[in-house]
Amino acid sequence: MLASLSKWFARFGPFLGLALVISIFALLSDFPEQYLSFRNFRIVLAQTVIVALGSIGMTMIIISGGIDLSVGSSIALTSVVAALSLQQGIPPSVAVLLGIVVGAFVGYINGLAITRLHVVPFIATLGMLGIARGAAKWLAGEQTVNPAETWVNQLAVTFPDPAWLLVAPGVWISVFLALLMALVLRNTVFGRRVFALGSNEAAARACGIPTQRVKLWIYTLAGLFFGLAGVIQMSRLRQGDPTVAIGTELDVIAAVVIGGGSLSGGEGSILGSMIGALIMAFLRNGCQQMGWPNYIQEIIIGAIIVVAVAIDRWRSSR
Amino acid sequence: MSLLRLSKISKRFGPTVALDGVDLELRQGEVHALIGENGAGKTTLMNILAGILQPDQGRMELEGHPYTPFSPLDARRQAIALIHQELSLFPHLSVSENILMGMESSRWGWVNGEDCRRRTLQVLEDFHHPEMRPDRAVAELPIAARQIVEICRAIAAQARIILMDEPTSSLQRPDVKRLFELIQRMREQRISVIYISHFLEEVREIADRYTVLRDGQGVGTGELGSVSDENLVAQMVGRPVKNLFPPRQQSKTGGTVLRVEDLAAPPSVKHASFELRRGEILGIGGLIGSGRTQMVRAIFGLAPVESGILVVGNKAVSARRGSPLLRIVQGMGYLSEDRKGEGLAVALSVADNVTLSRLSSCSRWGWLALDCQRQEAQAWIRRLNIKARTPSQPTWTLSGGNQQKVVLARLLHQDADILLLDEPTRGIDIGSKIQIYEAITQCASEDKAVLMVSSYLPELFGLCHRLAVMSRGRLSATRSVDEWTPETVMQAAIGGGE
Repeated sequence: MLASLSKWFARFGPFLGLALVISIFALLSDFPEQYLSFRNFRIVLAQTVIVALGSIGMTMIIISGGIDLSVGSSIALTSVVAALSLQQGIPPSVAVLLGIVVGAFVGYINGLAITRLHVVPFIATLGMLGIARGAAKWLAGEQTVNPAETWVNQLAVTFPDPAWLLVAPGVWISVFLALLMALVLRNTVFGRRVFALGSNEAAARACGIPTQRVKLWIYTLAGLFFGLAGVIQMSRLRQGDPTVAIGTELDVIAAVVIGGGSLSGGEGSILGSMIGALIMAFLRNGCQQMGWPNYIQEIIIGAIIVVAVAIDRWRSSR
Repeated sequence: MSLLRLSKISKRFGPTVALDGVDLELRQGEVHALIGENGAGKTTLMNILAGILQPDQGRMELEGHPYTPFSPLDARRQAIALIHQELSLFPHLSVSENILMGMESSRWGWVNGEDCRRRTLQVLEDFHHPEMRPDRAVAELPIAARQIVEICRAIAAQARIILMDEPTSSLQRPDVKRLFELIQRMREQRISVIYISHFLEEVREIADRYTVLRDGQGVGTGELGSVSDENLVAQMVGRPVKNLFPPRQQSKTGGTVLRVEDLAAPPSVKHASFELRRGEILGIGGLIGSGRTQMVRAIFGLAPVESGILVVGNKAVSARRGSPLLRIVQGMGYLSEDRKGEGLAVALSVADNVTLSRLSSCSRWGWLALDCQRQEAQAWIRRLNIKARTPSQPTWTLSGGNQQKVVLARLLHQDADILLLDEPTRGIDIGSKIQIYEAITQCASEDKAVLMVSSYLPELFGLCHRLAVMSRGRLSATRSVDEWTPETVMQAAIGGGE
């Protein structure tokens, strides 16, 4: 009974958290109909896209027992690359692709440092946090890059055109990619390897799994998602800003952890991470609606992270 | 004819010579026992065979063809599978995922779940464990069941040669029997097994031939039927061993130093009462999982106690509000069965580990006198004959037996009056065992009190003055060792009545 309750909680805990956050703000708010309006949901969803995309890649990394601290810098770098390409008159689709490829390249370098140079992921990506940020500033000449208006700017708008899309195209892209990656993690040999790596790396090696190659793939693949997040970032701001997304990696990690990921590896799910990202977005949005100052948001989100993990620990100790 | 032939295999790790020209011949369908003390090179040899390590020199031939596995995967492709000393499973994954890891049924990278399930069921069926559910998470399985998963992995790989590195170290007797039945079945199917074990009884029960390794060299090989135990032990240790156990000191029957009354620490400990006297060694027998370990942990303040009375010396102390620190102050010392997890800080030096529970001996105002610490550790290294080059050597570089001696040295340095030892000689070599037996006997003769949990009956009978047996959380009455026989201990352990 208790075991099944605990299992139920593991699966639906994040949903419960999300429902709790939304209902608390609905109760607190003087204008609940405004907070609960579709319009507001659209705003929140559009705001979530960047963290959501990042957390898809991060979920994979964290399940494999790794970590990536260079997400924010990578987003800044790829947003600058995409913006510069547009400015140079490169077709928008190629510019988007370039941004994504640069993200994957950054991930590949991370993977190389981890597998070839045997630097632990925390340090390797801490290094990349500086390198990518520096590269972004260098490429952008330490100022924002303002490309001309293209369809790329439509990716993350709150009110999409055509209106039948209901939410920003970026949201649909995120949903599609989240589903795809959830399937990949669940149903592919590669997904198995990712879990095996995080669960017991030595055993994985003994089972003949090319652990180093799998790691290289994981970081590169995650880099694709960070690159795409960078493109969306550029689309939202309508410019490439090398100083953007500072600390985003922490939001992304928090989303994964709130969603049930374990930093010691072997645990985590894309769905959970998506819910985690939504919980944080709704918290931010709720605090803004209430007119609370920024610091209250920060305190609450910090506390939520600790509480989410504490609940998870408590659950698994039963 | 020989299926696998190794000749002159050598391997060095930096300055250490792990293997020095080892020969080994494995015949088809035989169980070949590889025996030797810890640090003799058995595990290194296994790792070379399994493709985890590459030899520096020597030749390996599989069915007459050169065998040079460059990775575990390659070894597995050539039908050699390794079952590890420490379980190498994926706790977060399911039974099925564990068994088929690395060889899932798949198409274009997508796993065929239905086929995986079918293959898992087939393997479990073959191993006569159809009751195991393929989709159960391995973390939820008891340790014996995990071993089954590990063995099934080798079977699923259709291995022709299975390397087993101390496969029974975490199994209970019924599971050992089942494992032996399986090995028997493998033998019938012409699968060869290289079987590493410390237990000579076990080796005799299951193996056909043997090879003894000592200090990285093969020192003997032959039919098990034609060699005596004494001879085998002598080959392992390098000198004839007359007695495993030191002569038992007559217990001087000092006063009671620890009295435990009606201790209950649910769920695993339901009821335990005993008295521990000065100068005696009290043995606790019973099966793994019967609550012995939890009882000791509860006494030492590491596990929550529900009720019971604890009298240390002649002072009643609160059993429920205990902590290791408090117990150490009260004069207890604890040796955990989980050496790497709890017994040692393996990354720290030998000196740090030895002095850790009584740093006050070499510090003043919170400042450590490093020279003094090193000297004190050196004294223990000499006294317990720990094979360490220097006290500042990291503990993980020592062999299992020597690590265990470091743990014991810590208790002795702490100068605990009451030693709670949980499986003090588990998984260590005979040479170290003998030295640990000597040290324990020495403690008792110095008027300390020793409580020793052990699953190894000869050890309980060879060393202890009195015995009690734990069965399903209940501790039997304590009786003098002469009043027990191995049969009555086993009966009590299996739980003939309450």
